[in-house]
Amino acid sequence: MNTGRIVRLAERDRVEVQFFLDGEMRYALAGDTVLTAMLAPGHTLRKSEFGPEPRAGFCLMGACQDCWVWQEAGPRLRACSTPVTGGMRLRTTAPASWP
Amino acid sequence: MSEASSQKVVIVGAGPAGIRAAATLIEAGLHPVVIDEGHRAGGQIYRRPPDGFIRPPEQLYGSEATKARALHALFDQLVEAGRLTHCAGSSVIAAHERRLHVLREGEVQVIGYDGLILATGASDRVAPVPGWQSAGVYSLGAAQIALKAQGVALGRHIVLIGSGPLLTLVGAQLLKAGADVAAVLDTSSWHRQMRGLSGLAARPIVALRGLVLRARLGGRYHAGVTLERIEADASGIIAMRWRDAGGRQRVTQCDMVGMGWHLRAETHLADLTGCAFDYDEQWRQWLPQTDTMGRAGNGVYLAGDGARLIGADGAEIAGRLAAVACLTDLGHAAPSVRADLRKLTRLERFALGLARAFPWPSEMVRALPDDAIVCRCENITAGAVREGADFGGGEANRVKSVSRAGMGRCQGRYCQLAAVELVAAHAGCGPKDVGRFRGQAPVRPTPIGAFLRED
Ligand SMILES: Cc1cc2nc3c(=O)[nH]c(=O)nc-3n(C[C@H](O)[C@H](O)[C@H](O)COP(=O)(O)OP(=O)(O)OC[C@H]3O[C@@H](n4cnc5c(N)ncnc54)[C@H](O)[C@@H]3O)c2cc1C
Ligand code: FES
Repeated sequence: MNTGRIVRLAERDRVEVQFFLDGEMRYALAGDTVLTAMLAPGHTLRKSEFGPEPRAGFCLMGACQDCWVWQEAGPRLRACSTPVTGGMRLRTTAPASWP
Repeated sequence: MSEASSQKVVIVGAGPAGIRAAATLIEAGLHPVVIDEGHRAGGQIYRRPPDGFIRPPEQLYGSEATKARALHALFDQLVEAGRLTHCAGSSVIAAHERRLHVLREGEVQVIGYDGLILATGASDRVAPVPGWQSAGVYSLGAAQIALKAQGVALGRHIVLIGSGPLLTLVGAQLLKAGADVAAVLDTSSWHRQMRGLSGLAARPIVALRGLVLRARLGGRYHAGVTLERIEADASGIIAMRWRDAGGRQRVTQCDMVGMGWHLRAETHLADLTGCAFDYDEQWRQWLPQTDTMGRAGNGVYLAGDGARLIGADGAEIAGRLAAVACLTDLGHAAPSVRADLRKLTRLERFALGLARAFPWPSEMVRALPDDAIVCRCENITAGAVREGADFGGGEANRVKSVSRAGMGRCQGRYCQLAAVELVAAHAGCGPKDVGRFRGQAPVRPTPIGAFLRED
């Protein structure tokens, strides 16, 4: 049962994919974007750097850049246009190594 | 290899405009390169879900399913036959001296061209509403993309605000899919909407379809509203505060707001290739100058919503016209465009009707309180933009450098029209006199490590 922001209305019969969000194991469906995968169990993607409010994306078409999220290793991703893949390790906050 | 096929024409955008442009070039014997950020061709209206999704086009595109099927099949067939090169998942981030910089999987490649057709489409034209920076506020287009490409709603209780054809369409699509749409709030009054009527009569069936969709919204739809504030708690939005046409205070509980006032042409690349721009009073935005065929000069051609906001059918026509202009300039025989030009005139009349019926909410923007956020990227307030106007005079780019509005990572896509409106109000002139933010490369954030490779 999902309790997050997103409601799945169709296309529910897809294979499950396992990923990690802030160290905890989560399930998404194959074909989900990182944004869908994170907002099915959660409500937000990241904290704003310029204000107190959390963010959850805005345009979903790669134009606003509101949806960047961190990985445990490697570069940040644009959540709305990156498909989730098995074993992906995502974070809602910057890793300690981030300058 | 014949001389014909050695000329390189690059098309940016694989929506209806880009696909029709490609097909027209191919019929004339060329082998175009089509670049799009999307993984599958189709563009916005005919966006395709990832592999493994099963809803048929009828469910995804409704009345437009036949057109979607035809365009997808045409493109796939041309790719399969090796008649074009499709660079999918690739963003054009810069254009300079007949060369494009293309970012793909963290790597930048340079592609030269003899002719360039920009079919980059549009994005939602949004206006700030106090509280719109909070999690759970999306563009109307985003709500539609989530539904089409992922089969999801972006909230459990949804309020849609703004004006324009997408407002009604997205509301009806969400309802049909089973989402809970609590209210659809149109800032255009019934009286305003009637003003567009003579233009809308140019496409009676499309106008009628719009009315049928509107009827499906029932009592959820309210015209002539005033939007006051989006309220939020620590995990996102909780309510929309508004006043109805009669001035009564209303509060609608929701965890998602979708907003949009029709569309804003995506013109960054046109800007970087040196196109000249005109302020269009009807559309209340700056649009690149072209001739009727889409010719912008310097080997650049524009087609579709990225040049003129005339919708998907118009985009198909504009794609063909741009390709014909390009073929003619490169010295090829090209098909007659007389029938297309005639159709285009009718579509343009309809589009102007839409612009009149569902206007940009300039008074609402001008009345924003000083503490309302205008730039969502860096939380720059209306007050800061007004202060910028004091220092920078009434000139867009000076205000931009003083206030930083337009310098965030969306590059002004979502704040520029509102910022210019605020500056104009403050300086006592029109948006046209304020000017526009100059486009800058890269048009998409580019990792520092991306290295250049010549094709
Ligand atoms: C989110 C959204 C939803 C819409 N839904 C509808 C609808 O349901 N019904 C309707 O009638 N109209 C809809 N419209 C209007 C619709 O976009 C147009 O009528 C039609 O799709 C325009 O076709 P086009 O070919 O001009 O551009 P588009 O279909 O928008 O295609 C443009 C393409 O260019 C690509 N692109 C842009 N910039 C770059 C770049 N720098 N690098 C690489 N690729 C790039 C994009 O990825 C996109 O695929 C929608 C518009 C938006 C923005
Ligand atoms: S939500 Fe706008 S770029 Fe991802």
